Amino acid sequence: MSNPPDTEELLDITVHVNGVPRTAATPARRLLSDFLRHDLDLTGTHVGCEHGVCGACTVLLDGEPVRSCLLFAVSAQGHEVTTVEGIGNDPAALSPVQQAFLECHGLQCGFCTPGFVTTITAYLEDHPDPTPEEARDAVSGNLCRCTGYQNIVRSVLRAAEIRRDRGGQR
Amino acid sequence: MSTRHVGEPVQRREDPRLLTGNGRYVDDIGHGALEAAFVRSPHAHARVTDIDASGAVDVDGVVAIYTWEDLDGRVGEPLPVLIPHPSMTHPRTGYCLAKDEVKHVGEAVVMVVARDRYVAEDACSRIRVSYETKPVVVGVDQSRSGGHRVHEDVPDNVSAHLVQEAGDVDAAMAGAPNTLTLELEIDRSASMPMEGKGVYARWDRDEGSLRIYSSTQTSTGVRAAVASKLGMPMAKVECVAPDIGGGFGVKIVHPWPEEVLVPWAARRLGHDVKWTEDRREHFVSSSHERGQLQEVTVGFDDDGRILALDVRFWHDNGAYTPYGIIVPIITSTQLLGPYKPGAYRVEFWSLYTNTVHVTPYRGAGRPQGCFAMERTMDAIAAHLGVDRAEVRSRNFILPEEMPYDQGLMFQDGRPLKYDSGDYPASLAKLKALVGWDDFAQYREQAEREGRKVGLGIACYVEGTGVGPYEGGHVQVESSGRVNVATGLTTQGQSHQTILAQIVADELGVPLDSVHVTTGDTRRMAYAVGTFASRGAVMSGSAVALAARVVRAKALRIAADALEVSPDDLEIEDGVISVKGAPGTSIELKTVAVLSNPLRYAFDAETQAATQFTGTFDPDKPPVAEDDEPGLEGQDFYSPTRSTFANGMHAAVVETDPVTAEVRILRYCVVHDCGTLVNPMVVEGQVHGGVAQGVGGALYERLVYDESGQLLNASFMDFLMPYATEVPEIETDHLETPSPLNPLGIKGAGEAGTIPATAVIASAIEDAEGFPVRSMPISPYELWELRRAHSTTTTAAQEDSR
Repeated sequence: MSNPPDTEELLDITVHVNGVPRTAATPARRLLSDFLRHDLDLTGTHVGCEHGVCGACTVLLDGEPVRSCLLFAVSAQGHEVTTVEGIGNDPAALSPVQQAFLECHGLQCGFCTPGFVTTITAYLEDHPDPTPEEARDAVSGNLCRCTGYQNIVRSVLRAAEIRRDRGGQR
Repeated sequence: MSTRHVGEPVQRREDPRLLTGNGRYVDDIGHGALEAAFVRSPHAHARVTDIDASGAVDVDGVVAIYTWEDLDGRVGEPLPVLIPHPSMTHPRTGYCLAKDEVKHVGEAVVMVVARDRYVAEDACSRIRVSYETKPVVVGVDQSRSGGHRVHEDVPDNVSAHLVQEAGDVDAAMAGAPNTLTLELEIDRSASMPMEGKGVYARWDRDEGSLRIYSSTQTSTGVRAAVASKLGMPMAKVECVAPDIGGGFGVKIVHPWPEEVLVPWAARRLGHDVKWTEDRREHFVSSSHERGQLQEVTVGFDDDGRILALDVRFWHDNGAYTPYGIIVPIITSTQLLGPYKPGAYRVEFWSLYTNTVHVTPYRGAGRPQGCFAMERTMDAIAAHLGVDRAEVRSRNFILPEEMPYDQGLMFQDGRPLKYDSGDYPASLAKLKALVGWDDFAQYREQAEREGRKVGLGIACYVEGTGVGPYEGGHVQVESSGRVNVATGLTTQGQSHQTILAQIVADELGVPLDSVHVTTGDTRRMAYAVGTFASRGAVMSGSAVALAARVVRAKALRIAADALEVSPDDLEIEDGVISVKGAPGTSIELKTVAVLSNPLRYAFDAETQAATQFTGTFDPDKPPVAEDDEPGLEGQDFYSPTRSTFANGMHAAVVETDPVTAEVRILRYCVVHDCGTLVNPMVVEGQVHGGVAQGVGGALYERLVYDESGQLLNASFMDFLMPYATEVPEIETDHLETPSPLNPLGIKGAGEAGTIPATAVIASAIEDAEGFPVRSMPISPYELWELRRAHSTTTTAAQEDSR
């Protein structure tokens, strides 16, 4: 069966994703989350609520955590976007935050996890040595329905250690 | 001796993939599929008088628009009642698309299939549905008063009425020196997994076959239901549950309308079709739970021993009963917890309302039952002035009384008979963990600082691992790779890890060589599903039994090859050797080669199994009459009845004297789920369960207005706890192995959630000094309670003057 005619106006949008300029023809109303997931096939970014509350879709825009479900892809034109794949997409070479989640059982179903990984990675750039209270506060903008957060907080602290051990590696 | 894996906090095998964005959830697959969206009812109760789709047909990219009229064959018939019960006098289910009436806001009326979801939603917004609204029934009170009917042909809105009695309650109550009656209430909540539902159907027009990917807790259930609805042979339908972003009960219901419609449309259009539920859809069309009104009358002696317990409750089942009355049955039976009342009677009515239907959510009726029982225990303690833990312990079933038959029928249709447990030991651990005996001192100190604190306790028993069965299949490849399959699905329970731990130990192979597949009907066609804390009990047992089959076969083949007795052999790290003579050995992967006599060698290793290699008895066939080729085996675990885990929680709360905010200062859990396969995983399950319990106790409720509109259908308004709302959880374990299965496992998945509402109510009551009878409790409600009680106290003081 052939695809139906495509008459919606498409714009060539270029975003620097994980260090690589990526271009796709997409409608102006395309959410950044859908652009990443469905146009660029970077499905590590997850969509949990599509109204900016859960944080599962968090990516880094020029290094700062943003909710990709609250941004249009066109708004990211010319900006740097880092997704969970950009932090580490090789299961055999985990980033400090990813390694900490593995060691501390910081995830169960894994759906919210990419949003935590991006959020915590950015947080540790600015706060390399958080206290347990600060670590809890750092993840308090993301929802997780599985873990009760205790092991995510431990993961933040452990990630800070691993990061130091690896000489500040992100 | 090789390393044993069961009992160790082994890191999860699934994590590296999930952490690096390499998970595959339903919406991550199906690139290029058409996408579906639905027009859903904005009314809670209405007749559909007209559907005008003329404005939508010309939207660019729209492929199809369907209403009930288009549904052919069994697709147009009502959805199944999954678990019928003799007491369900009036079961009712909806249609895939509304036929003549809608019974709740969110019910699907029109399906649109389009190039993508954006276009499908554009089209939905242009479809005009005319409704004639009807009177709406919201909440138990309105439903049981019977003023209006949800279903015209269901008088009094009662779907089911059930009474169970063990002993003579009337006589025991009449003879009791003390009686109390409690009116209790629990409000609605919902599973609310981070990933909503989703279905992706691949129609293979060349083969006339269908593959369904669904975010489900039962892929075998979906496969059978869809095959039945679509009139297709099972042989042409496959269902795969890929990575699933949480379930917590809501995804055990099947088939959801979308699970039928998406495959149906894919076949009809000859094109892949996908639907991904958005959050609002999840709120208004996926199941809810918890809502009940309860009335408990208890008769007890002067020591606090319960002589008679008489419980009536009214369960809000929403608009339909697709999952039968499992939730109220569980409430009515699991209410008893670790206690042995002299006589017990429970009667419930399951009631229709014009709201989303109610099916199990983690705990599945147990939190309500535990709430009823534990509020009663606290009330008895308060009445007699006896320590609350002491009252509980006086009513405990003792270890020497196990197995203990409560004299009721459980949710699996089998006796409510506890297999094992040591409740006094659990209580002793809990009291030590929380510092029960020192709390009075802590309270006095807090009072001196102007702070109000309270200590709560709640105990539960949870029937886990219900049947009927699960299966395990274990296969050793000639590379040494061990493939394990079980049919139940995974939504974060770490099955890839814990089942690998079990098989590695049973078979004597390295953990890394074991690869587990769950929820894929291509690999295991017979399965039930993931619910009722049954994964480790059922599939854990099944894969252990299957591994034992493979081990026995491997030893038999190795014994032939080494010309020794199988009894003299052992397997360690994938090598079979003679005990005490490790030099005489053969690798398991070589045995896998030998197990499959070959005509054609496909690599160097497999040459050993070809016909001109080695020696053989020319009078025997290459595969013995009672044997099969291949080093693989399958077995099923089917228990006679459930196993019963238990636990006890204690919480310390502080209530703000001005704002009435409740802060949990400490949360302690003692938990007994039998043999711990992986303590790290069990602890994680407990943490997550408690977090959901805390949400249910203090924050989460689904608020309907009188017209049946769900007022808080978003994450902005339905307050799930963030990290800032969940306390650090302190845990201690007891391991009382179950005698019912080969590994002694009891389930752990729901444990954390069950007593949380009860324990927090208990702690607030202790802090405030007045009864807490309705949960969840918001600061405003606590503040109102304070006001009501200060007025009563003032009035009482004035009366006594």
